[in-house]
Amino acid sequence: MSNLISDTEVNIDKIREQFPALDQDVNGYPLAYFDNAATTQKPSSVISSLTNYYQNDNANIHRGIHTLAERATADFESTRIAIQEFINAPEQEEIIFTKGTSEGINLVASSLGRSILSQGDDVIISGMEHHSNIVPWQLICDEKGANLKIIPVTDDGELDLDSFEQLLTRQTKIVSVVLASNALGTINPVETIIKLSHDAGAYVLLDGAQAMAHLVVDVRKLNCDFLAFSAHKMFGPTGVGVLFGKRKILEMMPPYQGGGEMIKEVSFSGTTYADLPYKFEAGTPNIADVIAFKKAIGFIQEIGRQNIYKYENELLKKATRSLKTISGIKIFADIGEKVPVISFTMEGMHPFDIGMLLDSKGIAVRTGHHCTQPLMARFGIEGTIRASFSIYNTQEEIERLIVALEVIQSRT
Amino acid sequence: MTINQIQDVIIDEFETLAEDRESTIFYIMDLGQKIPQIEEKDRIDRNLIKGCQSKVWLTSEVKDGKVTFHADSNTDITKGLISLLIRIFNGQDPDNIVDADLYFIDRIGMNQMIGSQRSNGFGSMIKQMKLFALTLGSLETKESN
Repeated sequence: MSNLISDTEVNIDKIREQFPALDQDVNGYPLAYFDNAATTQKPSSVISSLTNYYQNDNANIHRGIHTLAERATADFESTRIAIQEFINAPEQEEIIFTKGTSEGINLVASSLGRSILSQGDDVIISGMEHHSNIVPWQLICDEKGANLKIIPVTDDGELDLDSFEQLLTRQTKIVSVVLASNALGTINPVETIIKLSHDAGAYVLLDGAQAMAHLVVDVRKLNCDFLAFSAHKMFGPTGVGVLFGKRKILEMMPPYQGGGEMIKEVSFSGTTYADLPYKFEAGTPNIADVIAFKKAIGFIQEIGRQNIYKYENELLKKATRSLKTISGIKIFADIGEKVPVISFTMEGMHPFDIGMLLDSKGIAVRTGHHCTQPLMARFGIEGTIRASFSIYNTQEEIERLIVALEVIQSRT
Repeated sequence: MTINQIQDVIIDEFETLAEDRESTIFYIMDLGQKIPQIEEKDRIDRNLIKGCQSKVWLTSEVKDGKVTFHADSNTDITKGLISLLIRIFNGQDPDNIVDADLYFIDRIGMNQMIGSQRSNGFGSMIKQMKLFALTLGSLETKESN
């Protein structure tokens, strides 16, 4: 039995003990880290896995016949299997390691986009996408003469599905949407989007960056064609991401990058490519971080994503309730079920100033456009203050945030 | 007062502040409220300083050989920071502005206080003010010739 959870109640003290970075003072106050949508802190198991790899197992993987290479390869590949299970992918060959969500999206936009898009075709994204799910599609649409269409965002910060249905036609070849918004926390109705898109004959990519640490994401149940996410937003190291893709589509797609690992045979008269997943993993991968990523998955599974969501949702509700008592605060996407992100502005104060004042009290939030400039433009603002919570945050920390904001508000 | 005399006064003022980061930030924000408002017609993109994360509008003029800067920002902390520079530079000769060694920045621990991003922005403000002073100085020289 795990000591991080008893029954369905999380043991917050034991969980916090797993995160050495939380145990520090910032500007004379205990750190309250509310920038988890940017990156989460790392548990000791992840940190020691990294150290252990370099101290004991460091070797290049695949093709090595010596013991260290065998060990490193086995550990590296065991992360692939852990991820396959984590997202319930049918096959481990459908799990491709990338640098992060952005690279996963770029891979699909570049490889699939180049193969299937023609002049006059449509790609649909939404108005709440991160720039990394906008720019790759702009690039490929420009190259192929395709149109990029946008699902509008409602005043409540949700996707307008009626408009989506109108945008969707036989010309639509790819739909790429965010599962949970990094700037608002909105959880999008992706099952419906996938069903409608498939009926129209389009492929669907989900940007899962903000969802994976909070929600159960089952690619078989969702029936998405692609899912891209990053390790560092789910307690894992930076520089590692995953692209899930259905085998039959991945096999049809040409390689994204050339190099070592991704070939079967090279000669000057032509090259044949390796089988999945290596066809899309050119060059020596980020071995240590991939291996350590498995520990992050293990941490999430030990607590359970339903338990994580329930705990974080209580934090979110408390924060939302309390913020509403402060005059001049406006919350964006004040809707019931969200990932634990609360995005707001305070009348008369610029988000940068609030972020700096909160930092002076040891409270870490993010301020600005959150790499979603079109979404900010939709709401007619330059940016927001975003507090994003994780399983290690506490009700007391949220109370500190509220008190600090009340002091700031009293000065406006 | 000379540029260095004003810098010394600012250093003294910051020394009397409590060692509390929040109070210091509020103090800087209050300083920003005291600078003369830039005219609405000058709040245009052409007057924005490049390299600042927040928006900073800056204009300058020279009269009787002395420089006057007007500035504004969309964030109160930045406005406070630029108010320190205005206090030091306004009423000075262009040459003295160009040659000024702004030692008060290190002495009040500005970089630690505002972080690297805002420090870069503050550097851009100083650079722009010195460039204006250089231009105004050369215009003055031409006119007097």
